[in-house]
Amino acid sequence: MEVVQMQRAWVEYTKSLFREGFLDAQFQQLQLLQDESNPDFVAEVVSLFFEDSERLLSDLTFALEQQSVDFKKVDAHVHQLKGSSSSIGAQRVKNDCIAFRSFCEEQNVEGCQRCLQQVKQDYSLVKSKLEALIRLEQQIVAAGGSIPMEELSF
Amino acid sequence: MSYRIHVYGKAERKHQKSSADQSTTNEPKEGKPTSSSRSSSDRKSFHSTKYSEGPYPNHLPSNEPQTPVKNGNTMDGDQGEEPEVPGTTVWLCCDVYDTGIGIPDNALPTLFKKYMQVSADHARKYGGTGLGLAICKQLVELMGGRLTVSSKVKCGSTFTFVLPYKVSSTCDSSDDPDDLSEMADNDAPLEDETAGFFHNSPILNGFSEDSCSFPSGNVRLKETTSVEDACSMVEVAETLSEPESSFSHSPDRDNENVVCRRKQCLDDTKSKIPNGTKNCNNHKEVSGDPPGSCQEQEKSATSSQCTSSSIPQEPESKPKPKILLVEDNKINVMVTKSMMKQLGHTMDVVNNGVEAVRAVQSCSYDLILMDVCMPVMNGLQATQLIRSFEETGNWDAAFKAGIEPCAPSSASVLDGQSSIHYHKRIPIIAMTANALSESAEECYANGMDSFVSKPVTFQKIKECLEQYLP
Repeated sequence: MEVVQMQRAWVEYTKSLFREGFLDAQFQQLQLLQDESNPDFVAEVVSLFFEDSERLLSDLTFALEQQSVDFKKVDAHVHQLKGSSSSIGAQRVKNDCIAFRSFCEEQNVEGCQRCLQQVKQDYSLVKSKLEALIRLEQQIVAAGGSIPMEELSF
Repeated sequence: MSYRIHVYGKAERKHQKSSADQSTTNEPKEGKPTSSSRSSSDRKSFHSTKYSEGPYPNHLPSNEPQTPVKNGNTMDGDQGEEPEVPGTTVWLCCDVYDTGIGIPDNALPTLFKKYMQVSADHARKYGGTGLGLAICKQLVELMGGRLTVSSKVKCGSTFTFVLPYKVSSTCDSSDDPDDLSEMADNDAPLEDETAGFFHNSPILNGFSEDSCSFPSGNVRLKETTSVEDACSMVEVAETLSEPESSFSHSPDRDNENVVCRRKQCLDDTKSKIPNGTKNCNNHKEVSGDPPGSCQEQEKSATSSQCTSSSIPQEPESKPKPKILLVEDNKINVMVTKSMMKQLGHTMDVVNNGVEAVRAVQSCSYDLILMDVCMPVMNGLQATQLIRSFEETGNWDAAFKAGIEPCAPSSASVLDGQSSIHYHKRIPIIAMTANALSESAEECYANGMDSFVSKPVTFQKIKECLEQYLP
């Protein structure tokens, strides 16, 4: 694919992620932090987010499987996940965490388990989309092009 | 958010007080609005705007009788008292307007009061302290002006202030629009912060040899002045009846203070224009918060307290400020660090309240960004302990909380002074997730100076630095 085509695809794909609510304005903050002195910033933060989230989701699964659920612990994990998803602009995941925390407060195990499923689903979706986006970025750069951030004004 | 500035003056002077050698216009008490509000017909407005008439009360930041005004539209600051000064005075009128969530009528009467926000949960939703407008109002009134607001819910708000300026008898006037566009294209030299404000004002003069002292701090006029504004400035220059068109600010007393304040005042309004950073071509206010006028005004006004930090050229010899970030979430650390780096700062990072106390024990910081919810010890408690040290000169409270002091370093902190000496208060900014447990009141009660709501954005960090780092 030509660079121009890839760039166009990148713009369209990014816009669709915003439109569909996978990402919010905070993600643009990350993109703005990426520049010549920090060319892989988005990829780095996103990959740290994946690492962190996977650990949290596995901790959450374990905690909710216990006979006697420690809701404080569960809430602490969800709080972390909410914080990091909010910081990178992973909107659906963040919103799922907000709902999750109310069930923690109510000490509602079933509610929490449903939320966990929802979070996992949305996390998995945003992960694959972000991976695709970053792959596309890497292809553009490898082909000598630049990422057309300025075309994201919408 | 945008702003525009227009100037209008009186064609006829009303009878002046006889204190002819009193060149000041800005005795604070004279500047306060009184009950005899002037109608707009007394003023020659060079930049008139169409209004829709309406019975909505104008909000005047005082308890004066209301005058009817147009709601839902921007308006010139036509109302208000003119100071009685010898010579000719013109009014500089600045509108700062946005297309945000607007302000309901019932909130207007208390809008300018300290700590008031539109609703009880405003801070939780949008941040802010409720101090911004009160500060703006005070500043404007101290300068002999008035601050008013016009708003329509869901449409936006316009804040207008008017300030009186005496027209001097000497000037290099130039109505040449080319000069104005030249001005707009130039980065005005902005370092002249203490002298000659509104002297050879670029708005009316084009450029003179002297440094253009339009007090706008680090905001570049070219980025914020629209073509429309430039045209209106031309219009102003051409229609000004007086041959003299340069301004010199009349009050001789409190010159420097007033300069700084005005600069900051304008700085405030402009700092909200989202184009002020080197790296951001398309940088929008992307915090995701609605650009509600309350929040915006508060945020921009809080930066009114910054002084020279708004000057782009800082002396090289100034030591780098030491900043401490207390945050347990790795992603937040990475994002915040990167934002700081873009602003030219590095930070020390620790992950909980205990480590924060230890860091302060061993090092002198100029600013602390403190996450509230953390394991081991949260930000509220850590702040309490730091404040206790600042007040008492010892770390007893921390010791009681289980933090062993590091003996050699506390000695170095005290630097051979006795413990009753004053310890500089470090600005501590809470980073809150806006949970109910992290309310503004709780932050302040525990000794925090301000808070930033998460997720942290570049703009929030920037404003924080401008306000709290000298």
